[in-house]
Amino acid sequence: MCDTCGCNITPGNEHLISPGGKLEKTQSGNEAVSVLHNLLHENDHIAQHNREHFNAHGVVAVNLMSSPGAGKTALLEATIKALGDEFSLAVIEGDLETENDAERIRKHGVTAIQISTGSACHLDAHMIHDALHELALDGLDIVFIENVGNLVCPASFDLGQHANIALLSVPEGDDKPAKYPVMFRTADMVMLSKADLLPILDDFSPERAETCLRKLASKAPLIRTSAKSGDGMENWLNWLRELVAATRLTVQQNPDAHQHTHHHHEHRNHEHGHGHAKDRTS
Amino acid sequence: MTQIETIASDNQATRVASITLGIGPLSGIEERLLKHAFPVASAGSVAEGAELFIRTTPVRVKCSNCGQESAAKPNRLVCGHCNDWRTDLVSGDELLLIQVELDKADESASHSDALQ
Repeated sequence: MCDTCGCNITPGNEHLISPGGKLEKTQSGNEAVSVLHNLLHENDHIAQHNREHFNAHGVVAVNLMSSPGAGKTALLEATIKALGDEFSLAVIEGDLETENDAERIRKHGVTAIQISTGSACHLDAHMIHDALHELALDGLDIVFIENVGNLVCPASFDLGQHANIALLSVPEGDDKPAKYPVMFRTADMVMLSKADLLPILDDFSPERAETCLRKLASKAPLIRTSAKSGDGMENWLNWLRELVAATRLTVQQNPDAHQHTHHHHEHRNHEHGHGHAKDRTS
Repeated sequence: MTQIETIASDNQATRVASITLGIGPLSGIEERLLKHAFPVASAGSVAEGAELFIRTTPVRVKCSNCGQESAAKPNRLVCGHCNDWRTDLVSGDELLLIQVELDKADESASHSDALQ
């Protein structure tokens, strides 16, 4: 949602602010200021700023979300092995504590920035922005953002990514999309991970999982993979290749969409002259 | 809170009397928890003691198959008319600051600003 084109005003709320609507004025005689600002305006503003950074460097940002232990890091490790020669990759890791996941990624020779969120259960655009100050985007093709393992909060925060991926691992059960609609409806692709366990956990029905997903009006493809056995990995890699090509085409065709204006008023921690590691774009 | 403090100071208000939010079930925000958190978040600010009104916006979808709008549930966003799943969300994921009611020391008239 944005605050410029009026898309915050929906059929669900426009009656509130119409002349004669409940919120047009107050009975007590106080001044009522109508606002209709998205409460996540500040996050979304920074997210757009991040996206412009990615676009300016031709980098595609992919946000991975799932419950803890669904296999996000294992998927990244398998992806690095498969695509390491084809694309230049980097990873931003989000966890409450430890550098464990970043260390796993670094063992494969890929730069990994670890964000320790403390008690925060999700990544937000500010954290990604801070991480981008440590990451040289020049020469990179894809930045994976591994969100905090959580099927609830990460869904509400735009980070500046180009695509959201939600992993649903077979041991979790096939009705997760119905239980966590806010998360799964934001996904551009849903990955059925640990698919090698389907013969063992035979009460998991991929068809039922897909039905739950379609009930959320999601057009996202459901791709079965096993990072362990390698089955289905090629479908995922092809999806990723298409995403990179499509995103770059969109950015090329809309040069105005990634004008790097660098307006730094109101940004937190922005007294630093904006040296994003090696790159300096303004 | 930053948005509210900015609005209050832009309008030379001494106090915020009430805040109205519009929240959709698909926004990921829990109304009950927000109401509990608000007194803590507003303590010491110009909005301390303000009343918090929350309007729950309805979940509605528009069908790409039959073109009609219908009410929906957060985990069942299919068309209420033809049952097709290819729908677009019309409302229900909002997280909006709709209105702020301000106290001004020397203000007696009531008026409502146009949308900013």
